[in-house]
Amino acid sequence: MIEPGTRAPDFALPDQDGDEVSLASLRGQTVVLVFYPLDFSPVCTDQLNVYQEILPDLEGEGVGMYGISVDSSFSHKAFQRELGVSIPLLTDFHPKAEVTKRFGVYDEERGVAQRALVMIGPDGVVRWAYASQGPLEIPGANLIFDALAQAAPVA
Amino acid sequence: MRGPAGAPLVIEYADYECPYCARTDAMLECLAVRHVFRHFPVPSKHPRARALACAAEAAGLQGRFWDMHDALFADQGRIDDPHLWERARRLELDLARFERDRRCEAVAERVARDFRSGVRAGVVTTPTVFVDGVAHPGIPGAELVARLARA
Repeated sequence: MIEPGTRAPDFALPDQDGDEVSLASLRGQTVVLVFYPLDFSPVCTDQLNVYQEILPDLEGEGVGMYGISVDSSFSHKAFQRELGVSIPLLTDFHPKAEVTKRFGVYDEERGVAQRALVMIGPDGVVRWAYASQGPLEIPGANLIFDALAQAAPVA
Repeated sequence: MRGPAGAPLVIEYADYECPYCARTDAMLECLAVRHVFRHFPVPSKHPRARALACAAEAAGLQGRFWDMHDALFADQGRIDDPHLWERARRLELDLARFERDRRCEAVAERVARDFRSGVRAGVVTTPTVFVDGVAHPGIPGAELVARLARA
């Protein structure tokens, strides 16, 4: 997994509407990337449902949150609608998992992303990263708030 | 909070629309524990969850929180507004006040505060119970139940 303190690899991925989101375009704000295995798997549902509920708190702190999986934009769109969530979902579909691999959270055996969180500072440097021990462990949203509190910008 | 003074403290984060939560709540009721209930509604998954949490709190403002709580978990197939009115009538609540309260800002904030406290404590699934500050996600296992029964 990518180490805190290193520059986050830039990426440009389509979201659920096919619109491209690049890391460069998010420069200047703190970004939390939520890598997850697949749309429509029941555990992901809980994770994004809970994160959806804290979105206003995160946005209040100027933090943007983006989900990433190897699913297509069409799947993401349907998944968003199914869950009733507004968190943008980026598609690392083609070339498959290229960005996931660059962040070092690809599960070669299963062919999907590990469940992982990566926080990138406004300067594009990785502030914090966390990978679940297994696909069934869902990282609590408290970890994000803890990381935010710890990673207060150095004056 | 309900339960005998001095009994072990169990904090339950749950959602009235979640069947696993109903099961967990029924298990806790059979144990001599001090039971604290905190709302953890996830509306994108359970569309009525927040409304039901607010209904329980509104009943609480008339001193009948646990009665409404039990009535909600006892019949999760009947959670629309008319079903809430029926419960309120059965509990002899002031219906007009119940209707006003369950939609008021203070009640919504109370429920939101519970949810936020759960998030900060690392809750990611319902039910999650805390015993001695340790989180136990899901329906409590036999080992935990036995430990609480002995305590």
